Amino acid sequence: MERIPILRIGTYLLVTIQVDMHDQLALTLQTDLTDRIAEVGARGVLIDISALEIVDSYIGRTLANIASMARVLDAATVVVGMQPAVAITLVELGMTLPGIHTAMDVDSGMQFLRRSVRDAEDPDDWRRNSTEE
Amino acid sequence: MTSLLASLQENRDAILKDWTQQLRTTLQRRDLLNVGELESQAAEMLAAILQVGPATKLEEFGAPAWRPVKDLVASLSASRAALGFTPSETALFVLSLKPAIFTQIRGKWGNDGDRLFSEISAADGFLDKLALHTTDSYIHGRDQLIARQQEDMLELSTPVVTLWDGIVALPLIGTLDSARTQVVMESLLQAIVQTSSRYAIIDITGVPTVDTLVAQHLLKTITAARLMGAECILSGIRPQIAQTIVHLGINLQDIVTKAKLADAFRMALEASGRKVVRAERSAPADSAQRAL
Repeated sequence: MERIPILRIGTYLLVTIQVDMHDQLALTLQTDLTDRIAEVGARGVLIDISALEIVDSYIGRTLANIASMARVLDAATVVVGMQPAVAITLVELGMTLPGIHTAMDVDSGMQFLRRSVRDAEDPDDWRRNSTEE
Repeated sequence: MTSLLASLQENRDAILKDWTQQLRTTLQRRDLLNVGELESQAAEMLAAILQVGPATKLEEFGAPAWRPVKDLVASLSASRAALGFTPSETALFVLSLKPAIFTQIRGKWGNDGDRLFSEISAADGFLDKLALHTTDSYIHGRDQLIARQQEDMLELSTPVVTLWDGIVALPLIGTLDSARTQVVMESLLQAIVQTSSRYAIIDITGVPTVDTLVAQHLLKTITAARLMGAECILSGIRPQIAQTIVHLGINLQDIVTKAKLADAFRMALEASGRKVVRAERSAPADSAQRAL
């Protein structure tokens, strides 16, 4: 079955959508990604949709869902490289993806992930302390 | 039996004299066109009408033989439009030929009632159509002008300028309608991708009015830019527009707004980790004086 690969870089997961999304593919990605986040304990997820030319309301909603699910699983999520046509379509469909972080390209997306993960860890280092105890 | 055109041909000098006499009395806008020019135009026009030849009938206005006359009328009306005449003033030029021709017809067939009526109605119909043709071509010329200007405006009105590495600005000038906003939106998003800018400033200092539709278009553009990973700053909101926006109940809560383009630019610079500082002056006395 056709799948979208999920790459792991350290504590981050990288999803690059290189093919046209269809409904089943989006659902498979949703399952795979949530499983994978839990499995590796990912702290950040980067979804690159720069090769995505066409979206419909279902794909848009699934993307929003995936991002929200990743956040629930405590992984910062960033969607990068949205094409102008895709952005216009989503806005016209009324899907403004509220609460989802976006970035221009993979580079600035990774910067955001590193920064947000560092910010989360910095203050009291509660996570590390709690695991050590 | 002589035709009307042939008989007009015989008396062309008298007709021209009558017509110019008529034109002189009805001539308006002497500031735009002097009598000499008007008379030469009248002579040219009459010559074109009479040149068509006796084979063509006045009733057949669609006949190809009338093409030169129509073209002459069209060019005349275009030049009048350029001078600033109104369509009715332009049509009046042709219509004032009527009395002169009617006088000739009465002189020739004054005793033959039926003939008199048929010739007059033929000449009347012809001149009416010619006058309508001047109005048509006047409006046609106007329409073309408007269409061209609209196109020019659309091209000119959406320049996206790069203020700094990673910061673009879109100064909007003029009224925003749906078609224009579409172009604006596309060119801004395209520029964001091309320059991979993280900050985009939309300046609406030159937008005279903001209604709900315009605000909605602006919000869409800003949201689309956000989806692409760029942050939009709205600047140049004038006091009246701020009042309108609040009265219309448009929600700009989630959007960063700045009073001036300079403020928005400074904010974008600071957000991207840059700082604007005044260069140190060599003479401290001078700078102290300036500070005062």
